[in-house]
Amino acid sequence: MSPETQQSFPVAELLAWDPEAVFDGKLDYGELTLWIVPARILPVCERLKQEHGFRRLSSITAVDWWPVEPRFEVVYHLHNLERGQRLRLKCRLRADESIDSVTSVWRGADWYEREVFDMFGIHFRNHPDLRRILLPEDWTEHPLRKDFPVHGRRYDYAEADRP
Amino acid sequence: MSAPAGPQTTAQAGAEPRRLTLNMGPQHPSTHGVLRLVLELDGETVVRAQPEIGFLHTGIEKQCEQRFYHQVVPLTDRADYLAPLSNNLCYCLAVEKLLGLQVPPRAQWMRVMLAELTRLNSHLVWLGTHALDIGAMSVFLYCFREREDILRIFELFSGQRMMTSYFRIGGLALDAPRGWHQAVRRFIEGFPSKVDEYEDLLTRNPIWLRRTQGIGYVPLEELLELGVSGPMVRAAGLAWDIRKAEPYSGYEQFDFEVPTRTAGDVYARYQVRLEEMRQSARIIKQALEGMPSGPFLADAPQVVLPPREKMKTEMEALIYHFKLVTEGFRVPPGEVYQAVESPRGELAYYVVSDGSSKPWRLYMRTPSFANLQCLPRMLEGGLIADVVAGLGSLDFVLGDVDR
Repeated sequence: MSPETQQSFPVAELLAWDPEAVFDGKLDYGELTLWIVPARILPVCERLKQEHGFRRLSSITAVDWWPVEPRFEVVYHLHNLERGQRLRLKCRLRADESIDSVTSVWRGADWYEREVFDMFGIHFRNHPDLRRILLPEDWTEHPLRKDFPVHGRRYDYAEADRP
Repeated sequence: MSAPAGPQTTAQAGAEPRRLTLNMGPQHPSTHGVLRLVLELDGETVVRAQPEIGFLHTGIEKQCEQRFYHQVVPLTDRADYLAPLSNNLCYCLAVEKLLGLQVPPRAQWMRVMLAELTRLNSHLVWLGTHALDIGAMSVFLYCFREREDILRIFELFSGQRMMTSYFRIGGLALDAPRGWHQAVRRFIEGFPSKVDEYEDLLTRNPIWLRRTQGIGYVPLEELLELGVSGPMVRAAGLAWDIRKAEPYSGYEQFDFEVPTRTAGDVYARYQVRLEEMRQSARIIKQALEGMPSGPFLADAPQVVLPPREKMKTEMEALIYHFKLVTEGFRVPPGEVYQAVESPRGELAYYVVSDGSSKPWRLYMRTPSFANLQCLPRMLEGGLIADVVAGLGSLDFVLGDVDR
């Protein structure tokens, strides 16, 4: 992490509060990104909302870096309306790992986490209603994973109807 | 003799015999597309409202990962099909940020002008259909009269009425066509009086007032908690507009106001959107009068296609053209989050580049998806007759929700 990043708001305060939670950061294109230890995401988000004014959660999404491990990055975009500042949080996850849901911090996280679950198959612990949101309920795969072919898989309707 | 068949609903047996589960959509005319709403009713009161989405999911984000950067532009149109140019703009700005590309002033102003015409177009469709849902049929005809003029202007610029795909990474697809100035001027000078006509029909109409005032109220705190943006939060009292807060494409050079109301109900949202139309008209007028001359594409031969004439006469230009079309251009590794104020709220593209000529990941933060999330909060506890009023005031587009 560059010294400039370390001193910017709210990185300095976060590091003083819990030096273990943030393990890297960068300031690119005027956008601040922080890598958070996945186990600490919930307290970090609570802190950012309560103490540093990040009242809005703009979005939650994920990036699949397959075949690199850990393959997933869960990306949170936070927004502080008073300061007009945006902040990006990232958590790296292996395919078999899950992460705490932040619905207890922002209620709006509900649908975003369902979408990430639907598209990437990342499991959010303590989510109130973790179901598929865009795809049919009986769908079995996660299409935005890089190992899912863009044209999908061949589906045999005649075969599927047979008992 | 058998008992007459019951209505097409299922009464729940057991502890709460009066509860009724009602399926609204996905083919209901007032769900504006294919939204399915599962309503649980106690008499006429909505106890639970559960939106079911995904009927229009086409996997645009996945498709974007397979395309060269410049091939993504037409896909962005198809997400929010009522505001295609806002989507084009947001995507182009994001990639230009990654490339560090400077867009010439003429292209910036042209983009602003067309983005505001898009806002008018979208708000007109919203007003027409919203009033139609509530029962004011004639407003629809008035709104679509003006919308037709806007679509003609889009056709003049791009050859297309709806899926315009007019913006390019680095500028515009073509320079403005002959006669564009007169066409836009003729429209924009008459437009404010047309807004007066809509207001005459609705603003003090007692039926309209009783159907909208105090309906669908959600406090500002909860709206922000749920990630809602755009006219919805401005109608609840927060003067937050990305055009002012984080100006892009030269919006800081324009003089306009951010209208707000504090009531936070369906009527307040109506007032805010009507006032936004007047402000958009102001911006278009300023863009029209101060339109800079000069190039409409950035000076970046490695990204921008060479002019058609040069391509046909010069070897060098032909090579560039061939390379760009067949191989695309490389974008330095990195990630950007670019937000713009679409007619519906915060529209943002999160583009992740791995250094190749195709985006590694492209995420669309669409305003309709986030705004729709507040629907249960808005409808629960209200009357079933107010469901369509609440739905309409959200102004969502299902293409934008499902992508």
